[in-house]
Amino acid sequence: MSYEILGVWVAAFFTLCIFSFLYRDNFFYKLAEHIFVGISAGYGVALQIENVLKPNLFKPLFQEGKMLLIIPFILSALLFSRLYSKISWLSRWALALLIGIFSGAAIIGFASGDLILQINANLLPLKTNSFLTTFNNFILTFGLITCLLYFFFSKEHKGGFGFVTKLGIYFLMISFGASFGYTVMSRMSLLIGRVYFIFGQWLGIIQ
Amino acid sequence: MQKFFEFINQLDRRIIFIFVALAIILPLLFPLNIKFTVTEPVRGFYEAIDKVPNGSKVLFACDFEPGSLPELYPMTYAALEQMLKKDLKIIALSLWPAGPPLVEKALTDMAQNEFKRKYGVDYVNLGFKEGREVVMVSMGSSIPNTFPQDYRGTKVSQIPIMQGVNNFKDVKLIVNISAGYPGTKEWVQQVQARYNIGLVSGCTAVSAPEYYPYYQSKQLLGLLGGMKGAAEYEILVNRIGLGRRGMDAQSMAHVIIFLFILLGNLAYFSLKKKGT
Amino acid sequence: MRKEVPLIITFLAGAFFIADYFIPHTGFSDLAAKINGWAIIVLAASYILGVLNILRINYGRVAKREKDWILKLILVLCMFFMLGAGIFGGITEGTLFDWFFVNTFTPMQATMFALLAFYIASAAFRAFRVRTVQAALLAITAVLVMIGRVPIGETIWKSFPDFTEWIMNVPQLAGKRAILIGAALGAIATGLKVITGLERTYMGQD
Repeated sequence: MSYEILGVWVAAFFTLCIFSFLYRDNFFYKLAEHIFVGISAGYGVALQIENVLKPNLFKPLFQEGKMLLIIPFILSALLFSRLYSKISWLSRWALALLIGIFSGAAIIGFASGDLILQINANLLPLKTNSFLTTFNNFILTFGLITCLLYFFFSKEHKGGFGFVTKLGIYFLMISFGASFGYTVMSRMSLLIGRVYFIFGQWLGIIQ
Repeated sequence: MQKFFEFINQLDRRIIFIFVALAIILPLLFPLNIKFTVTEPVRGFYEAIDKVPNGSKVLFACDFEPGSLPELYPMTYAALEQMLKKDLKIIALSLWPAGPPLVEKALTDMAQNEFKRKYGVDYVNLGFKEGREVVMVSMGSSIPNTFPQDYRGTKVSQIPIMQGVNNFKDVKLIVNISAGYPGTKEWVQQVQARYNIGLVSGCTAVSAPEYYPYYQSKQLLGLLGGMKGAAEYEILVNRIGLGRRGMDAQSMAHVIIFLFILLGNLAYFSLKKKGT
Repeated sequence: MRKEVPLIITFLAGAFFIADYFIPHTGFSDLAAKINGWAIIVLAASYILGVLNILRINYGRVAKREKDWILKLILVLCMFFMLGAGIFGGITEGTLFDWFFVNTFTPMQATMFALLAFYIASAAFRAFRVRTVQAALLAITAVLVMIGRVPIGETIWKSFPDFTEWIMNVPQLAGKRAILIGAALGAIATGLKVITGLERTYMGQD
């Protein structure tokens, strides 16, 4: 038996172990679950070492002498202070760097990528030569405004304002409905993939 | 009828599971070959790659894991086919830890085995880098500094395809295959908006509705949503992959879900009317 | 030292990242790139911390022979096996590490996600009750999108895909864009609060 065929059988065994959960929780599912956690943890760390820490830290710091990298080296070491409660506060220094950078990234990303460009994209002409375009632009503009008003909680949602915000909820419901439809599509595709593996690659019934 | 609706109302979930399984298995065993056409966002994806001059360098960001393979692998293979047919030089990478081996396999299957292209000259797999959007911003300053070596451990300075590639200005297009975070949203926010570079996205169906605003605002030049998007794209690149093969099963599964929603509601309203 | 230093680091890192967007000076960009590179390294190192934590938790359970201790032992052994295979045997195609990734990790993760197909069907059957106008809109849109986006929808009605695309591009988009704008405002506000030190829950308790 070649390693490839053995691999398919191993993969099929674990696939069935996980699927067995559909009947009820059982030993085979638990076994697969624990093996999965172990393998993925080991995989993750090995990859971080080989793909990130070696090329971006160890080699440049210890072989090429890029001494400035001593800073992330020390910050990384500080992370492990979390294992000792007395000095665990030291890990905050490393966390602070990450939190600061990711906060900065969020501000820039959401402001330039989402906020400005999305508002800009919705500034649509409400008078065009095509009836359909005018209609669509109107719905988009009206829908966006009503939804945004719905998110405005500083004023109580009643009376005329309440009516408009209710229309906003309707647009949001359409949006959630579409998302649900796409989620169903997504989940079914994933099952198709596994069924295709079982009946195709493993049993060889489907070509 | 009353008894039937009571039965439906208390249906064991495992019976639903059996119907869902059958709706998927039967069409795969006995294909119906239902025809379908190509939608606009998918055409946009195809045309954006088509417009890139032959022989140019493109960034192929494959941000996914095995969990979304059935949706994203068909579009990965189809995108590789289109890019390789145009002789585009592919610089692949992944910001998801379990991505690189999957990218490597796709590149081996398509670039090496099917198109007989040379690793390092026509394509490269830069592997994985932790840091999500920070990696993207870092690549904007310097790709070689962010990825000092490829997935196989070769220094990027020794890889021919990477010569002259310093940042996003040196690639013509970013083709992103995205399973979530980090993915298309972050490429749009941190790279497309900042460096004004063309970006197309192939994503899971779950994320597709969220990306429609980006497609409408032209921040995305094209969008493939889930396996259906992949199937439409396979038509354009003239390829038969899991996307097209899975469409009958996808159709039947959706019909089953629809019928269950309908039955559930009929049972609910019928029993409510009778005060049960 | 315990609170002030992290607050200063957060402020400097965040402010520097933002300033880098506006200041097109090469020296400044280079320094910003270096700091980003540090973040990449620290994040990668945090994975090792995660594994040590897994080890610590499971060691206790195995040592005390708690329920399912054999499974916990298998978990730890698998972790060490994969780690060793990757570090000593390499991670590229054709290695033992890759074989285990392809034949154990991949099918198990893919199947776990595939399970959701069954549960979403069950949830749709039980929870999708058209009780109000809002629920009706949600259910009708979901069904239209579900049927219109697959080939059978096109067989039922030729223009179904176009109609679904219209839903996605117009009313659906209005809602999604509003969420996008709302979320953007929220993320910017939270980011500013973190950088300026108004939000400091990430530091935990003393």
